[in-house]
Amino acid sequence: MVPLVSIQNLSKSFPGVRALDNCRFELMAGEVHALMGENGAGKSTLMKVLAGVYQKDSGEIRIDGQAVDIPSPRAARDLGIGIIHQELYLMNHRSVAQNIFVGREPRGRLGLFIDAQKMDQETQRIFDRLHLNLDPRTLVAELTVAKQQMVEIAKALSFDSRVLIMDEPTAALNNAEIEDLFRIIRQLKGHGVGIVYISHKMDELKRIADRVTVMRDGRYIDTVPAATTSMEAIIAMMVGRPLFESDRAVAPATDHQVVLEVRNLNRGRVIKDVNFVVRKGEILSFAGLMGAGRTEVARAVFGADKVDSGEIRVRNQEVSIRTPSDAVANGIGYLSEDRKHFGLAVSMDVESNIVLASMRRFLSLGFFLRRPIIRDTAMSLVKRLGIKTPSIAQKVALLSGGNQQKIVIAKWLVRDCEILFFDEPTRGIDVGAKSEIYKLLNALAEQGRAIVMISSELPEVLRLSHRILVMCEGRITGELPAAGATQEQIMQLATQRESMVSDTLH
Amino acid sequence: MQTSQIAESGALQRIRGSLFSPSTRQKLLAFASLMGLMIFFSFASPSFLQTDNIVGILQATAVNGVLAIGSTFVIITGGIDLSVGTLMTFCAVMAGVFLTYWGLPFPVGIAAAIFFGALSGFISGGLIAKLKIPPFIATLGMMLVLKGLSLVISGTKPIYFNDTPQFPSISQDSLIGYLLPNLPIPNAVLILFVVAIVSSLILNKTVLGSYTFGLGSNEEAVRLSGVNVDRWKIIIYSLNGAICGIAGLLIASRLNSAQPALGQGYELDAIAAVVIGGTSLSGGAGTILGTIIGAFIMSVLTNGLRILSVAQEWQTVVTGVIIILAVYADMLRKRK
Repeated sequence: MVPLVSIQNLSKSFPGVRALDNCRFELMAGEVHALMGENGAGKSTLMKVLAGVYQKDSGEIRIDGQAVDIPSPRAARDLGIGIIHQELYLMNHRSVAQNIFVGREPRGRLGLFIDAQKMDQETQRIFDRLHLNLDPRTLVAELTVAKQQMVEIAKALSFDSRVLIMDEPTAALNNAEIEDLFRIIRQLKGHGVGIVYISHKMDELKRIADRVTVMRDGRYIDTVPAATTSMEAIIAMMVGRPLFESDRAVAPATDHQVVLEVRNLNRGRVIKDVNFVVRKGEILSFAGLMGAGRTEVARAVFGADKVDSGEIRVRNQEVSIRTPSDAVANGIGYLSEDRKHFGLAVSMDVESNIVLASMRRFLSLGFFLRRPIIRDTAMSLVKRLGIKTPSIAQKVALLSGGNQQKIVIAKWLVRDCEILFFDEPTRGIDVGAKSEIYKLLNALAEQGRAIVMISSELPEVLRLSHRILVMCEGRITGELPAAGATQEQIMQLATQRESMVSDTLH
Repeated sequence: MQTSQIAESGALQRIRGSLFSPSTRQKLLAFASLMGLMIFFSFASPSFLQTDNIVGILQATAVNGVLAIGSTFVIITGGIDLSVGTLMTFCAVMAGVFLTYWGLPFPVGIAAAIFFGALSGFISGGLIAKLKIPPFIATLGMMLVLKGLSLVISGTKPIYFNDTPQFPSISQDSLIGYLLPNLPIPNAVLILFVVAIVSSLILNKTVLGSYTFGLGSNEEAVRLSGVNVDRWKIIIYSLNGAICGIAGLLIASRLNSAQPALGQGYELDAIAAVVIGGTSLSGGAGTILGTIIGAFIMSVLTNGLRILSVAQEWQTVVTGVIIILAVYADMLRKRK
């Protein structure tokens, strides 16, 4: 049987980087084919070439056995190739219907005017088919990230593609929404659509994929059946080296000194009467669903947002934290969820980013930068954290997600913070880099720092924490010691909404 | 039917919401400010509400309003066009060349003004879309080029339209007054409103308008949807240029001459009107109605201050303060 898509010997270079090196890929009709690899392995690049966003340097692409050229996104669409990007490409100021139909607006009178009513109706039809409860006239800016992702999915599906590429489609979805997405995928399979599924979430791939192709460093490694190949084997192919495995019991650290105490934290409807403590050498996790308020709590303690009430004590001294500089002065650091927007100066180099939070230490006469010392500090941290970069003069934007995250960590290490908030520390980071970050977190805790980790990945939470606090809709719904805690227990507390409050609330 | 959703508010709630949406509130605020200003000035001076004065305000607003309408398109795309002032003058000069120097028929002169406006816009758009020169720089350069060309072509002298007796009628006569003798509204104002209505239709009901908003909201999203972003940018800047041509005709016909030294400075008034009217400089949202209200606020302010014998220097101070306040109010609105 002729493959739906066949890619041979595909190469693509960007200035300074050979992103794809003689890659191969094959997709059959009615198949869900997972594409896996570390960040920077070339998965997104390969698919963007297929979708017409990038142009190949050499190699061949065949659709239904016919060699084709794909010079633009429109050309890809005409060939029946649709893509759901990892980043959301939506126009915030426009309605959902306007976003879905941009470039193909239905025309009304005289072919000059847009038939807005028809556009809304068609959009409603698409949504009904997907069981999506959404008003086509809603402005995208008013939607949650999860809903926005569903809109992107609906848009891609509305083109009746024969090849559908999904790049991390479930990043912002909850379990119910993921179930809906999988139902849709199975439906499409039945109709003969070929689906390329790029994801880091192993458990999802096991549930939905037929075959798995692994890429590493821009090269094709192998293609294996999903059902019969073990996760370890796939990870080994992706990474090519052994991983950090921590199955040692995590010490409870209950006898350690309390370093941070937060009482009566309130902010509107977003943070409701939050109280907690963090001890020296402890990893405290905040688990919960997206929107539970965990990031808001971290930002409030860090002084990034104003609060209605709240008392913060650092090392048993009450402190007033109104701005991040107050927080940092008290030894608190915060690694945000969105490192590209809030953690790094992306157009600056590695060196500058590493010293960004500690400039005052690197000044002579209080004014001039002491470059040699900055350089040495940056280099020692690059070595210590294993940051993969051609040099410390490299622009941070060009590094992979995992290395970018390590630079953010390095920044706070230079600042020597005693209390560190990590907000989704391994989001968008591949398996290999993830395990290195876990190692780092453990090392930091062992050094005696107090770590608060916000994470939506339950296996991560269970693996790393000493204690787990669960939040739901702004309240802390429960506390669990890590030993013996289960994913089910956490989920139950994470979905315990106000109307269902039990007397287990501390 | 199981659905994947967080509880969504009903469609009805959303419609009700949009009646008092931030952008509507901004327009109501702008309109209220305009009314407030007019009430203030009419109490402050008896000559404010006299017919002659109101007609003067309308005439002044016509030119600035038309310029501002063209700028609205460009600003909604997230761009800017600093050349609109000198382009207006250039188009007036070209009309002078065609009508007075070369003695061509009246309609040809009109067409020339609009054509050269569109051509300049086409060039600006090309510089921005194809050469990727930032709009600020590209149109700054064009502004100076056009200013120079106006002076060169006219020999630094005004071009009079005495050979074309119909010319002043573009803005000064009154078609409406001809049909309804009690309403001697000058043609300039009629043209302003026609341009406003057509522009509003284009902006809100056509693909051109849709892409104008799209480019300002998320250009990459539009590009990835298969739209030829470069082509549409050039079209939008050309449209702006053509509208500047109309403004050129209006001002030249009011003065019955093309004044080559005029023009620079009008672009800032145009941008101010757009911003006061609620359009954000970062693009993605905006309305023609808001721009018209903004243009009227500027004219009423200038006129009222002059009637109160406030020195011209202070007028610019006041205008500057208003612009800062308007943008700040816009930021506060967005932060909600």
